[in-house]
Amino acid sequence: MISYILRRLLLMLPVLLIVGVVVFALVHVTPGDPASVILGPEATPEQVDQLRDTLGLNDPLYIQFFSWLGGMIRLDFGDSLFLGIPVLEALVDRLQVTSLLTLYALALSIIIGVPLGVIAAIRANSVLDRVLMAVSLSGAAIPNFFLGILMILLFAVVLRWLPSGGYVEINKNLSEHFQSMVLPAFALGFSQAALLARIVRSSMLDVLREDYIRTAYSKGLTERLVVIRHALRNVLIPAITVIGLSLGALLGGAVVTETVFTLPGMGRLVVQSIARRDFPIIQGAVMLIAVFYVLANLLVDVLYIYLDPRIRYGNK
Amino acid sequence: MATSNAELAVGRSQRSGRLLASIRPGSKYYALRRLAENRMALASLIFLVVVLLLSLLAPLLSPYDPNYVDPVNRKLVPSGSHWFGTDDLGRDVFTRALYGARVSLLVGASVTVVAAFFGSILGLISGFYDKVDGLIMRIMDGFMAFPSILLAIAIMASLGPRTINVIVALAVVYTPQIARLVRGTTLGTREQLYVESARVIGARDGRILTRYILANSLSPLIVQCTFIFAYAIIAEASLSFLGAGVPPEVPTWGNMLRDGQRLLTTSWWLSVMPGTMLFVTVLALNLFGDGLRDALDPRSQER
Repeated sequence: MISYILRRLLLMLPVLLIVGVVVFALVHVTPGDPASVILGPEATPEQVDQLRDTLGLNDPLYIQFFSWLGGMIRLDFGDSLFLGIPVLEALVDRLQVTSLLTLYALALSIIIGVPLGVIAAIRANSVLDRVLMAVSLSGAAIPNFFLGILMILLFAVVLRWLPSGGYVEINKNLSEHFQSMVLPAFALGFSQAALLARIVRSSMLDVLREDYIRTAYSKGLTERLVVIRHALRNVLIPAITVIGLSLGALLGGAVVTETVFTLPGMGRLVVQSIARRDFPIIQGAVMLIAVFYVLANLLVDVLYIYLDPRIRYGNK
Repeated sequence: MATSNAELAVGRSQRSGRLLASIRPGSKYYALRRLAENRMALASLIFLVVVLLLSLLAPLLSPYDPNYVDPVNRKLVPSGSHWFGTDDLGRDVFTRALYGARVSLLVGASVTVVAAFFGSILGLISGFYDKVDGLIMRIMDGFMAFPSILLAIAIMASLGPRTINVIVALAVVYTPQIARLVRGTTLGTREQLYVESARVIGARDGRILTRYILANSLSPLIVQCTFIFAYAIIAEASLSFLGAGVPPEVPTWGNMLRDGQRLLTTSWWLSVMPGTMLFVTVLALNLFGDGLRDALDPRSQER
């Protein structure tokens, strides 16, 4: 197990290097001189020169890359051009919102998706199954920002039950915190719940045909016990893979959802930084989220092996 | 659901399409017959064709100009003369939504074609030549290590808001997915006997790759393309919604949703109408893709 994790960590290095090259290249694919693009048309040549110097754009490309990469490894993302503070500081301030939003959305997608998939599989081809699968198909097709807008319309504008946006910190007021996060988390998590429900349904249908399920029934166990104790465990293994892939979609979706609900997270900062041409912030945030995503995938793979003894012993 | 559709379809084909029923299993058009017998897929295809036609014929169909500002008729609720209402500048929302469909379909189709082209080349090379496989796939893994919309946003931040840049950014995002898929099928087919035979009779690599290996990857590739089409439409709308996509003055579904959200409390139709168009179009693409997969690969229907 440990050697597997170490091997996977080692394999992560080339991927992270490519990630670094891509993020580094972002500034350099800008049409024209990045410094004049950042400063806009009114900048004087002296200002442009000064910024080129600050950004290190006057050095040869490979020196720029290695000093930038060195910075990344030391978690030194440079300074924000607009906020005037270190990028890391700006990002850490907003990390709480983005990570909580992603976690809540993930939790919601599991709480909704798994039971619905199980119910649809047990009652396969019934009216209930069809309704659930129609909802699931719609969930996969609705963009999270449009779902967010519809929910604001219903719950904030018409019913006035929940706020339409804004964020309350978790340690300030717990109930208001959840009120501020329930709509964004649902808008973000719903499409993943829909996906998960479809996967759980189809793998549950496969599992229910297995011999050991028939054995369990013939022992006289109730349907509830068979499903929960015997079937669900085996269904969860493919579900874990989907949950792992969901993380990427959720982290990316958080960027959009934060904008819909005006949550002060990393995604909203990235979007605001586009208009401000604040490249160090964009690079830092994208790098941080990609690294986090790669690590989360590793965690999912390890969990997968832990849950499925067949893979664990097959590898030995 | 799939089995019952097939059962229904058998009954229907007896009644209606003799031509359709005359296509027997084993015929190269059999997949087409299976697709035509899937009601959901067929309805979705018809819907998509209608949206395409409406968007192309928008100047003939709508009496309004999408950018004509009419201060007298601001924020009108949907009615007989303005089906989707008017916005805060008095512009007709239905007309703008039709023009928005042009952008969505153009971006979706272009991204799909570009990603399928480059992804297939990379996937074929990677699956066929072991020497470069590791390098190409690590680079693809690197691109796939980013949440896709985040990578698209970052590329758009560098390139600037233009429609062509949206296509470039999204093609970069989706090419690795195609490459990975085609590499998988290439690895599976290159050891087949017919590929060996082709080599024995002297076929060059280029011919083997296109005529034998790519030809056998086409079914999963086409299915994946319909889903990428749908993702690209959502991604374009998301980018425009964030102000990082198509320039804000161009009517697109994403731009309309962004403008609409500001006026959500007074004029719900400004968001709901273009959003619904977006949702139904993506739903139709997904249903069509599902139908295509079932038609091309009968085994997938068992689930």
